[in-house]
Amino acid sequence: MSDTAPELATPFRERAGKALKDDFLQQALEIATTKFITLRREAFGDFPAGDALRDRARAIKEATLQHLDRYLDQLVDNVERLGGHVHFAATAEEARDIILDIGRRTGARMAVKSKSMATEEIHLNEALERAGITPVETDLGEYIIQLAHERPSHIIAPAIHKTKGQVADLFARELGRPVPADAEALTAIARAELRQKFLDADLGITGANFAVADTGTIVLVTNEGNGRMVTSLPRVHVAVMGVEKVVPSMTDLMVFLSVLAKSATGQKLSVYTTLVRGPRRACELEGPEEFHLVLLDNGRIDQIAGTLREALYCLRCGACLNVCPVYRQIGGHAYGHTYPGPIGILLTSMLKGAPAVKDLAHASSLCGACADACPVRIDIPRMLVELRREVSEEKIAPWSERLAFALAGRLLRAPRLYRLGAPIARLLQRPFARGHTIRRLPGLAGAWTRTRDLPAVAPQTFQERWPALERERP
Amino acid sequence: MSPRARAAFMVTCLGDLFYPEVGERIVRLLRALDVAVEFPAGQTCCGLPLFNSGYHRDAAEVARRTVRLFEGSEAVIVPSGSCAWMVKHEYPGLLAGSPDEAAARALASRTHELSQFLVKTLRVVDFESDVHGRVAYHDSCHLLRGLHESEAPRALLRNLAGVEVVELPGSDECCGFGGSFSVRLPEVSTSILDRKLANVEASGADCVVACDAGCLMQLRGGLGRRASRVRALHLAELLARPRATRAGGGPRA
Repeated sequence: MSDTAPELATPFRERAGKALKDDFLQQALEIATTKFITLRREAFGDFPAGDALRDRARAIKEATLQHLDRYLDQLVDNVERLGGHVHFAATAEEARDIILDIGRRTGARMAVKSKSMATEEIHLNEALERAGITPVETDLGEYIIQLAHERPSHIIAPAIHKTKGQVADLFARELGRPVPADAEALTAIARAELRQKFLDADLGITGANFAVADTGTIVLVTNEGNGRMVTSLPRVHVAVMGVEKVVPSMTDLMVFLSVLAKSATGQKLSVYTTLVRGPRRACELEGPEEFHLVLLDNGRIDQIAGTLREALYCLRCGACLNVCPVYRQIGGHAYGHTYPGPIGILLTSMLKGAPAVKDLAHASSLCGACADACPVRIDIPRMLVELRREVSEEKIAPWSERLAFALAGRLLRAPRLYRLGAPIARLLQRPFARGHTIRRLPGLAGAWTRTRDLPAVAPQTFQERWPALERERP
Repeated sequence: MSPRARAAFMVTCLGDLFYPEVGERIVRLLRALDVAVEFPAGQTCCGLPLFNSGYHRDAAEVARRTVRLFEGSEAVIVPSGSCAWMVKHEYPGLLAGSPDEAAARALASRTHELSQFLVKTLRVVDFESDVHGRVAYHDSCHLLRGLHESEAPRALLRNLAGVEVVELPGSDECCGFGGSFSVRLPEVSTSILDRKLANVEASGADCVVACDAGCLMQLRGGLGRRASRVRALHLAELLARPRATRAGGGPRA
């Protein structure tokens, strides 16, 4: 199965341009990202220990990755001891096959899902449908996206690109009756629609925010209670998670929980923190008969020693998306891959290789807001620069760009040649300059002047003025 | 009498080609503060555009010649936060393992962004301005998040008589310049700029002040195109001369 979304047929710049012209999207992004930024700022403003805990969280991630094999072994032992089954998937395809096998063996017809980026990453829903198992997304945002036949455009707010009015229209079409554009009413409708699905489903599929190695606990952080239903009502529960999500102990878990919700939604804690330990045991009244944990590699393990190592610290909180000036303008779909935003560029490269992000690597002004907001202080701009380096040095960048930068590199090392640049530019700019301003330039230079004035090269550069300035010396 | 300090001025490529009057002001201002200013000949660019686009071998060679050019200088003053950040933050890494590494580290530690040099090294915050009215300060990304400086430029502005500093909503948000980003994705860059300029215009400011030639190019470019009454100025354009009335405020006697 292809991992490539159909929208990737058009170049990134065009996809971004289309997003900029989508008034609904612009309105939805403005409201949502501004709200998330404010909530996050307030949450950490009220929490003086926040910075120290972020450092601690980062240190735990660093240390855990150093001994990932040991913690994974421990996790596997403990999950199995509790009666669960653990599967290791090297690729997305392997992960899909494992889950489909479980579905077939248990005679599953319907699967309820709680929100999971890992299952998005392996394109599980399409595979389930082809295997005759109907997937039902039960997170409100994901439910909306599924009805609209779209993909999530944000890591934690999958329907962030939709306005209330658009959701009401979607529900009305689905139900065949008018629906008010009111968040509470829309939620009530989804809740009513989903209730029976929970009871009917054979399979409950979730991701996992964390897995605690020394207890075998799977941790789900949610706000709607659907996660709890998905993990307790169906006969079989399958949790899918990237291998990097393992944390050593419950004490470590507390550190992450103290920064995750604050970074994501500005909450002190999410409404539900669901801890799952294996299948239902004797004397327990609820819980699944079978529990499966699918550990997904899909390019992650290679990066433990790679340039993108820090991206493995990611908690998937989405804070870097909300503060990113580029994401705020174009939204998640324009990126064209499962994971959008600044961290998404790194994760996409991890999953699909640097050629897949040769344009996206430049979809950042390197303003650093992402690194500032990251709860584990991932230096995203630095790694974007490293990706750009790979794109240039591995000759993935177009030859014309490489030639231009090679010439620029030469010019900046040759001061005599460099000084000739100003008089030459003054000659060339003559037909276009009005006073100190250039309003229109032809060709590639028009990329700037189509929307912005460009200063003309000064009649006398600073270097040309210096001899006179030097003589002024008192 | 020997001067209070000696400094070499790194004009930067954008400062040299597009904003030479800003460089002139800075040199005169530093001299008025009794700083002996030199201008090492043969300056080009710090190499940040090469570095940010991933051309690190070329960036390292540019860094090497800049390090050698400024080898004999005492303090090095840079009028742009991004170029100062490049020298301070990236030069040592680019030249790591080469014979120039030690010199790169030394240059990094004696290089100062202008507002930081005035406030933190010279400890001067009182200046007079020929510009009057309401000003909004835009935090350049590299100065704010790279060099962790938000206070020095604001302190300088607050102390100017006849200048009222107004709150700029989202002052810490990027202007959308981002070097080659501005021409690789011009529509996105402009869209980010539009948001910034809407905030600037809503703030009621007569001018928006920045400490980075890249931001200035972007802000002026957008303001000019929309024929705005708001001007974008470099911080140095508001610092006409030191004010000598307060203790410690002016040149040493």
